[in-house]
Amino acid sequence: MIEVRALRKRYRSTLAVDDLTFTVRPGAVTGFLGPNGAGKSTTMRMILGLDRPCAGEALIAGRRYAQLEHPLRAVGALLDVGWVHPRQSARAHLRWLARAGGLPAGRVADVLGTVGLTAVADQPARTFSLGMRQRLGIAAALLGDPAVLLFDEPVNGLDPEGVRWFRTLVQSMAAEGRTVLVSSHLLAEMALTATELVVIGRGRLVAQGSLTELAGPQGASLEETYLRLTGQSVEYVSGEYVSGEAA
Amino acid sequence: MNAIAAERSKLLSSRSIWWCAGLSVLLVAGPVGLIAAVPESGWQPDGTEFLTLGQLVVLALAALTVTGEYRHGTIRVTFLAVPNRTTALLAKTVVVALASGVVGLIAGLAGRGTAWLMQPDTGLAELGSGPWRAVAGSAAVFALSAVLAVAVAILLRSTAGSLSLLLGWVLVIEPVVASLPRVGDDTGRWLPFANADHFLYAGLPEPGSIFDAGMPFGPWGALVYFAGIAAALLMAALWVANRRDA
Repeated sequence: MIEVRALRKRYRSTLAVDDLTFTVRPGAVTGFLGPNGAGKSTTMRMILGLDRPCAGEALIAGRRYAQLEHPLRAVGALLDVGWVHPRQSARAHLRWLARAGGLPAGRVADVLGTVGLTAVADQPARTFSLGMRQRLGIAAALLGDPAVLLFDEPVNGLDPEGVRWFRTLVQSMAAEGRTVLVSSHLLAEMALTATELVVIGRGRLVAQGSLTELAGPQGASLEETYLRLTGQSVEYVSGEYVSGEAA
Repeated sequence: MNAIAAERSKLLSSRSIWWCAGLSVLLVAGPVGLIAAVPESGWQPDGTEFLTLGQLVVLALAALTVTGEYRHGTIRVTFLAVPNRTTALLAKTVVVALASGVVGLIAGLAGRGTAWLMQPDTGLAELGSGPWRAVAGSAAVFALSAVLAVAVAILLRSTAGSLSLLLGWVLVIEPVVASLPRVGDDTGRWLPFANADHFLYAGLPEPGSIFDAGMPFGPWGALVYFAGIAAALLMAALWVANRRDA
């Protein structure tokens, strides 16, 4: 269970997150949607105690992240696939992380197997493709076998097989009763993966509910629903294409 | 303890630590060997003359272990595993300082050993306890230098900024301040690295104190003073790290 209560974050002149309140329940995959700059990543960073909220709080299983006794056993997160030393192997990266989190060393081989990186586990991370880095980040999130999982844009760079694998993985974790929050811009994929949605725009909550609730009685597609909900809160509006010759 | 084990694992799995350790020892002992190989120079090195060169490498290495984590984002992964930032950063400081201390001790012994091997019949023993304080004390000075560098790196987070400040401080700011008339005597003798040097070299014929007024403390007092500055910087760095976004 993740509870976000009246969360606010201001970076100098921009209000990134503004009085945001929502709850992510266990047992379901919750999609976290919003236009670019809506504050999704900032919110995730505050949930994980990396950024300090200016007001409000984010609780995991009733506690702030910093107060969790064994954080990696409670929460697994993939925020940025770049967060690995380029010269370190996947195995070495996971090994120090396991040590830091007080996890048994055997978990490293387990999660490498889960994400399918065993064969390349001893190669330096800089040789990895984006999809392999995603898998390494997912492995790091799974390391502590946590009850709460957060993924920020986890399927970017994964091949179709990887996308389906990830979908099955998070759905089975949700079916085990875990809490799963996934942010993504890929709405078609999200429609297949998530059953609950949290939609934010300009740092504020736009809508929260199940996919079918938000779609309305006509059963609109996720894309239609999303665009209707966020139409008023898009930060970067695209103009119409004007060809140079017409001007 | 978990945090310390993780930091040790990180440090030892990087290749640059071994290169830097080797370079540090080489820079301390190498020039001693070169000078001793030319008896016509009339300079009989006692082996402690070039500890500062090794210390510069350790300053850079210690700073890089921190700024590298900020650059690659692994510091955030560390804070996810160890949300108490004081614990996480202190663990890193302890591990880097211990490693630097070992490098300092090896460098000190290598310098002394080179001087002794190359000039077996000169009266090195006559120099008394002074050089031995420098030989073994280099462990303490290197370790404390690492603490200071880690603190600066936590505060600045950028490799370029930290290296410029640390190396510029040792190589430019302290010598320039020390050479200024009047100001040099008042201020220069209170600067951190002047005190680290005083601990290493006090009582030796060279380089001796460059300040007319002499140093404010004896050699051991100077070491405590240097440690105090490193500790104060580290506390400031931890205070800042606990308050800002990772």
